[in-house]
Amino acid sequence: MNQAESTRQINDSIHSWVAPNSRVLDLGCGDGTLLAQLQKDLDIRGYGLEIDPDSINQCVAKGVNVVEQDLNKGMANFADNSFDTVIMTQALQAMRFPHLVLDEMLRIGTQCVITFPNFGHWKARAYLTFRGRMPVTKQLAYEWYDTPNIHFFTYSDFEALCRERNIKILRKQFVGEHFLDRQLKNLWPNLFAETAVYHLSK
Amino acid sequence: MTSDTSASSVGLVTAEKILIEKPLTLACGVVLPSHELMVETYGTLNADKSNALLICHALSGSHHAAGVYADGEKPGWWDSYIGPGKAMDTNRFFIVSLNNIGSCFGSTGPTTINPESGKPWGADFPVLRARDWVESQRLLMEHLGIQRWAAVIGGSLGGMQAMRWALEHPDKLANSIVIASSMKLTAQNIAFNELARRAIQSDPDFCDGNYLENNTAPRRGLALARMIGHVTYLSDELMGQKFGRELRSGTFTQGEAAPIEFQIESYLNYQGEKFSGDFDANAYILITKMLDYFDLSREYQNDPVQAFSHASCDFLVVAFSSDWRFSPQRSREITDALIAAGKNVSFAEIDSDQGHDAFLLPNPRYQQVLGNYLSKVADKLEGAA
Repeated sequence: MNQAESTRQINDSIHSWVAPNSRVLDLGCGDGTLLAQLQKDLDIRGYGLEIDPDSINQCVAKGVNVVEQDLNKGMANFADNSFDTVIMTQALQAMRFPHLVLDEMLRIGTQCVITFPNFGHWKARAYLTFRGRMPVTKQLAYEWYDTPNIHFFTYSDFEALCRERNIKILRKQFVGEHFLDRQLKNLWPNLFAETAVYHLSK
Repeated sequence: MTSDTSASSVGLVTAEKILIEKPLTLACGVVLPSHELMVETYGTLNADKSNALLICHALSGSHHAAGVYADGEKPGWWDSYIGPGKAMDTNRFFIVSLNNIGSCFGSTGPTTINPESGKPWGADFPVLRARDWVESQRLLMEHLGIQRWAAVIGGSLGGMQAMRWALEHPDKLANSIVIASSMKLTAQNIAFNELARRAIQSDPDFCDGNYLENNTAPRRGLALARMIGHVTYLSDELMGQKFGRELRSGTFTQGEAAPIEFQIESYLNYQGEKFSGDFDANAYILITKMLDYFDLSREYQNDPVQAFSHASCDFLVVAFSSDWRFSPQRSREITDALIAAGKNVSFAEIDSDQGHDAFLLPNPRYQQVLGNYLSKVADKLEGAA
């Protein structure tokens, strides 16, 4: 299985959790691929928030609604429960205060879908254990001194945070590329899932 | 198509004076039985007349938005964005640009003859609102046989018209492009406009607005008004970069008494002087008031979300980082209201040190965002054709 396949699996999960014709806000929407798919398949009313000028250009070219906004400066401009689903894919680890972003997502959306790289995956653990260096993997592809990923956390960390803040985990799905991962990701996700998709509510 | 050497210019253009014979009822109650509009068009109207873009000018704009005249004067005010292969692509769109009533470039306004008195309208020209410009534009649209604009586009006061179009005639436009604009002016913004008006009115040559009859013009007052405006359209950063404390004449050497003039003084005086020869003082007063009076959601319980719920077009909102006269925050408010109203909208804040004037100037990112958006609009039209 390749990365495209795991992206497809992630997107399939998101598709099955988003209601047709609903309002969707995608935080850090990148080039708008996911929103474009949801628009096409589920006829959603979607908006993406993004700060990268090239990504914004690509969204506009795709006909995806995109709003230039820095998530680290807050989302007070969005009313409580103004969206059915708030999505954040692979960006929580880059937020200044992930726990506050999570609170905001659950304030704005009735439900949230969130994905992030698992720092507890065996590859990352092995990298740190045997090389004694911070992992640079396909998932975490940056040197420690120059990375947008300023928080490293595992699924266990994330679930502990959810318990602490009374966030309900409605569903979760684990994705792994390595054959070992595919066999064992559901048995021991914190070690064998490279990415997971969480479906949350208040 | 043109004799111009530049591949991406619309080349030589000519303006046409169009007589609108239908009565126009203004917001103030006055009815203009007919009115004249100076109009330029670029590109070709397609068979089903669906590829028309309407350009809405701002305070001092005219119908001359692109290309050049035979006398070789400087290109139109939005020439960087209108032309073959440009953001507003004349290979794909038919672009309509007019001089609005109350302005002074040949359309009915303070400098044209009031048929009732046989004299120039002068200060008696009726008070205008942005909706009056929209209504006049709608009559022009009818005259041209266009049912629906592919997009209505404008910066500053032009953006106000683009928003008003979306609320007043939701079925008559597919897209509204709102650049460096606002749903209403702030107190500070109105204050700057009042400074400009007071400068004009304080000029002894103003003659209570009847200067044309007296064969004079309040040029000093109008120049000062423009100088005030101009400072607010630039950013502190840009003025620092462009002029700094450079001297145009004189020196600070001890023992020298020659008068000192900073470059910025010379520049502003030149800009004011030039403008006072090109523009009409009554029109300046009329149109600054129009800006002040604009309030998008006044008749929608002062609720922008309720206002925008009447729109059915899609929106693109653009702002510029160093614009403090129409700050990015104003554009964010527009965007937030549109999202809350469930409308399709994209918003880009373009990094620029050019202040409010940025909406007129070349900027690669601005060109790309606008170009990408309009290219998608054209794709849809051509796909449907």
